[in-house]
Amino acid sequence: AAGMFLRLLSDMQWRAAHPRWRRMSGSQRSASTTAEPHPLSLPAQAQVVICGGGIMGTSVAYHLSKMGFKDIVLLEQGRLAAGTTRFCAGIVSTARPVSIELKMAHYSNKLYQQLEQETGVQTGYMKTGSISLAQTQDRLISLKRIASSLNVMGIPCEIISPKKVSQLHPLINIHDLVGAMYVPEDALVSSANVSLALATAASRNGVQIHERTSVSHVTIQKGRVTGVETDRGRIQCEYFVNCAGQWAYELGHSGEEPVHIPVHACEHFYLLTHPLQEPLSSSLPTIVDPDGRIYIRNWQGGILSGGFEKNPKPLFTEGRNQLEIQNLQEDWDHFGPLLSALLRRMPGLEALQIMQLVNCPESFTPDMRCIMGESPTARGYFVLAGMNSAGISYGGGAGKYLAEWIVNGYPSENVWPLDLKRFGTLQSSRTFLRHRVMEVMPLMYDLKVPRWDFQTGRQLRTSPLYDRLDAQGARWMEKHGFERVKYFVPPGSDLLDLDHSKTFYKPDWFDIVGAEVKCCKEAVCVIDMSSFTKFEISSTGDQALENLQYLFSNDLDVPVGHVVHTGMLNEKGGYENDCSIARLNKRSFFMISPTDQQVHCWAWLKNRLPDDSNLVLEDVTWKYTALNLIGPRAVDVLSELSYAPMTAEHFPSLFCKEMSVGYANGIRVMSITHTGEPGFVLYIPIEYALHVYNEVMNMGQKYGIRNAGYYALRSLRIEKFFAFWGQDLDAFTTPMECGREFQVKLDKGMEFLGQEVLLEQKQNGVYKRFTMFILEDHDTDMDLWPWWGEPIFRNGRYVGKTTSSAYSYTLERHVCLGFVHHFDEQTGEELVVTTDFINQGEYEIDIAGQRFQAKAKLYPFSSLFAQRRRKDDVELSGYQRE
Amino acid sequence: FYLTPPQVNSILKANEYSFKVPEFDGKNVSSVLGFDSNQLPANAPIEDRRSAATCLQTRGMLLGVFDGHAGCACAQAVSERLFYYIAVSLLPHETLLEIENAVESGRALLPILQWHKHPNDYFSKEASKLYFNSLRTYWQELIDLNSGETTDVREALINAFKRLDNDISLEAQVGDPNSFLNYLVLRVAFSGSTACVAHVDGVDLHIANTGDSRAMLGVQEEDGSWSAVNLSYDHNAQNEHEVERVKMEHPKSEEKSLVKQDRLLGLLMPFRAFGDVKFKWSIELQKRVVESGPDQLNDNEYTKFIPPNYYTPPYLTAEPEVIHHKLRPQDKFLVLATDGLWETMHRQDVARIVGEYLTGVHHQQPIAVGGYKVTLGQMHGLLTERRARISSVFEDQNAATHLIRHAVGNNEFGTVDHERLSKMLSLPEELARMYRDDITIIVVQFNSHVIGAYQNEE
Repeated sequence: AAGMFLRLLSDMQWRAAHPRWRRMSGSQRSASTTAEPHPLSLPAQAQVVICGGGIMGTSVAYHLSKMGFKDIVLLEQGRLAAGTTRFCAGIVSTARPVSIELKMAHYSNKLYQQLEQETGVQTGYMKTGSISLAQTQDRLISLKRIASSLNVMGIPCEIISPKKVSQLHPLINIHDLVGAMYVPEDALVSSANVSLALATAASRNGVQIHERTSVSHVTIQKGRVTGVETDRGRIQCEYFVNCAGQWAYELGHSGEEPVHIPVHACEHFYLLTHPLQEPLSSSLPTIVDPDGRIYIRNWQGGILSGGFEKNPKPLFTEGRNQLEIQNLQEDWDHFGPLLSALLRRMPGLEALQIMQLVNCPESFTPDMRCIMGESPTARGYFVLAGMNSAGISYGGGAGKYLAEWIVNGYPSENVWPLDLKRFGTLQSSRTFLRHRVMEVMPLMYDLKVPRWDFQTGRQLRTSPLYDRLDAQGARWMEKHGFERVKYFVPPGSDLLDLDHSKTFYKPDWFDIVGAEVKCCKEAVCVIDMSSFTKFEISSTGDQALENLQYLFSNDLDVPVGHVVHTGMLNEKGGYENDCSIARLNKRSFFMISPTDQQVHCWAWLKNRLPDDSNLVLEDVTWKYTALNLIGPRAVDVLSELSYAPMTAEHFPSLFCKEMSVGYANGIRVMSITHTGEPGFVLYIPIEYALHVYNEVMNMGQKYGIRNAGYYALRSLRIEKFFAFWGQDLDAFTTPMECGREFQVKLDKGMEFLGQEVLLEQKQNGVYKRFTMFILEDHDTDMDLWPWWGEPIFRNGRYVGKTTSSAYSYTLERHVCLGFVHHFDEQTGEELVVTTDFINQGEYEIDIAGQRFQAKAKLYPFSSLFAQRRRKDDVELSGYQRE
Repeated sequence: FYLTPPQVNSILKANEYSFKVPEFDGKNVSSVLGFDSNQLPANAPIEDRRSAATCLQTRGMLLGVFDGHAGCACAQAVSERLFYYIAVSLLPHETLLEIENAVESGRALLPILQWHKHPNDYFSKEASKLYFNSLRTYWQELIDLNSGETTDVREALINAFKRLDNDISLEAQVGDPNSFLNYLVLRVAFSGSTACVAHVDGVDLHIANTGDSRAMLGVQEEDGSWSAVNLSYDHNAQNEHEVERVKMEHPKSEEKSLVKQDRLLGLLMPFRAFGDVKFKWSIELQKRVVESGPDQLNDNEYTKFIPPNYYTPPYLTAEPEVIHHKLRPQDKFLVLATDGLWETMHRQDVARIVGEYLTGVHHQQPIAVGGYKVTLGQMHGLLTERRARISSVFEDQNAATHLIRHAVGNNEFGTVDHERLSKMLSLPEELARMYRDDITIIVVQFNSHVIGAYQNEE
């Protein structure tokens, strides 16, 4: 059956190619078991070796060769496009909630459209459009949000009525629909042929393609890729690209130094039918019915329909030896609910004859986003895998970004959401992956409401206070495997279903978080912030300072005990990380950065610090529990516990000192709170954590102390216009663009990374500007809440998107943060954004298609800052993170 | 006309009965855990009967199914009486004496059997005195015959079967002054019944079978799969030995006329049965009894009709074939059922369905489309049925009901098709018998722990 299927999907027209691409002689469909001689021996060396001849590998080869790399070898263990790519349903869909994924899909669509003309290989490209159906109002809201972001990208898209749906697709039962989203330019392709077309073009550009060549492992020396061992010999290389799909995890683990690539396969089923009596038109739109968990496309006059069921079947947990892809069984009982959904959606298909139920495993990742980028431990080892069953949609764009990354050192867009370095070794447990992908696969079509959390793979990293906080009503979310408190359900409150409340409107924790915020403003709250990444950098001489001065934009040559907020910038002045650095003594520094920076920041520093045994970088994240005491009475609590004066004269803002708290000594106290409110963060060696927490809570009682969570913190930081790395800030944002010029010391007497760009921006201005918006006519109780990614309109024209938002309990308004661009009205060219441009506009924020008036501000409300203790000591537009 | 699933269920469950052997000190020391039984009528009224009882003066449990023909009178009588005959045959001499003395002196009798009956399983009040007297005569003879030997179960079963059939015959010849009873005993004798009876005592399982009902043992293999072991032979034309036996018992001149169209004398399906005096009595006796009998009997064409080629009666016997089986831990259950079940289902399927039901494990064969022409609608229907099959297991609290559901509702894929089930159950009375026979099933579940312990002792 598999052979027949290959014949059906690929038109076998791609045979003629470049002479360097030697296909095996004989029948196209000869089984891979037939031993045939390899006419072309492997080269001894190459600049780039790509492993995997599916859509990812061929796309990377295609783009690398287009960008001028000539010395590229692509290795495929079996046949080109014979794995998941062959079985893929071939739907190119741009309707993606994550912006970077949307961009990749959009690029892929444009690429595939012209690929046949470019290569002469028939790709089966057909612009059919796609219709995503909504059976519920909530689903329609989520579609409207996607429609908004498609429209501002210039991708045609409209929300249509059920009646319009039936005009576009005659077979659909519309009685249970409330609306739909129509994307007319979405397309269908033969995915195997797209892959072969890319291979053909790459081959013409000089890429050597070798089939039936297995990579056994990659050799790494001194943290760099040196070569690839295959069953046909060794190839020395500078870059290795792991595009091994389902096997990427295993390939990553095959070498002496493992590269952790957290992907896990699940079985995926779709149905093929014979043609209808009156064969379906090949231009009929593809249907996505997420509430029914299915997709339906036209296929050779019949249909192809699959879906993402509630009870996925993970496989290959123990590795590849269990089963070969070709031997996977059809499982009709498993497919039953999807078949029901199909016949409910298209009742007229009852009499349509089945051709085959295809079992096509797909690989999934822990957070439903694909994985690309360079290994944090092996330079030159790149990965592109884990497509969460959207490989054909992402293939073109993903290959392009990865090629740019290899050629230029960075891709042309912010791909942090997809960066391999967002994961560490902790997401590499097979048990974790197996459990998590079973949650991820159904989530493909589940309704995703703001602030949803994964339920599997939890309680992995926890603070020593976890049980104490949990017993006090903590509700948890997870970041980088670490459990963090969202808020505390007050005792006696029977809001047991709080975690299950899913809404695009006002959430039911509204008053709970409001009370925590109020306590932060008026008394004192404790937030456990132990998840932050904590590094110590020390040296025997001045090496630590010298190197940090180069790697960070602010001046770190400050008196001992001072805390400096600074960006860790790249060559383009963009934020690779945003940190607080305390100078512990002349030669050592303590660095705090966001939770998910643990792997990325480590790799960034390791790659740039000299190999000097006198300079030590240590990850001390696990050594300290961090308690953030926020509020005007924090000072009272701490001075009573330490018998030390904590007033501004003795302990100014942005200061760090080791002191005793209760019986515990050596507590690192910093006068920062990450919120703009007065208070302190206590870095406590973990064995003292419970003691200090108990002391603080006991002593704090008379000051009205209470526990608080990250939602309160978030509301506080956003109302004060604090940006946070990973959400507001990324590698494509400079300090100049987000009002943080004061954290850059261009004149600190030595060169630092990104300096040139910042100087240039200082002189010529910036092309985007971080702006705060206060929603004016938004009814908190009745209207949809902003989340992030909402389009911003200035005088009716699109100027950018929001990056985060929160309700400010003080302003009693929603606050959105985002970037404003200035596009030329005629040409669309990006112009400098001036203060006047920001101030002289009328703004609206588009929430799921509904626009709300907003007031733009470039500076925070000074009235929100409780007290000023030192000139410039306020963490004005200080860094913030979650 | 269409029956909803709840309507179907109420029909299927109308006659279901379950018995669990009570536990002592939290332990069931019996080799039997309990049994489920049920029957589904096709005839109106149903001609099948079932009985289950625990022997109180000896160890062991008795279970039986009885398939009546030419009316239900004989099956009814056998279902009421046979177990008493068996129990009495098994009783030791002293107990027989004790009982006889109690009756003699008008004292309360030791209870012999504890019946496990569905409310629809009735006993004839009018005939109880008559039946009792016949039984008493039997035990008095046993007391007189006292051999001093311990009772052999096989012999006890054979004796009980033969004695009861003999009593049925005698009672009809003698008649009764009460006209109702007189008519009753004649109807019992002129109708017939098969009997398939199990006696379980520890690891000793005896099956006594007369006729074409069947006993089947469900065995779980080491790999968890189920297989069926027959513990009875059908007494009908398909059984060569049985045909041979009948031929041996009659002159060679009758050889051609003995079995015609797979029937005894071209008339009777089972080759052994209770009652059916038309195949046992001489023509003279038959004529005399019918003529002196009540008008109803005289007007009945069937009773007056003498089988063709009727030269050397008796042609029929109630003597059972007895099979002894020592229970092993892998013997999980016993199915006793009338031919209504066996003509619709293969014993292997019966073993699997009951086995999976009892263990709750369902080795559903995966569906493969292969080269067949299947439409989306057909596949959808099939998958729905398969899901229903799983849920119907939970729907049925009774293994016998579950088996009947399959026997009546199975489609060509081996899954219960609700539509088919609905049609079969809503057939009008006069048509029902053409599509299916009465079905009576008893599923006895064994206690593998106790059986294992017995084995270890030996």
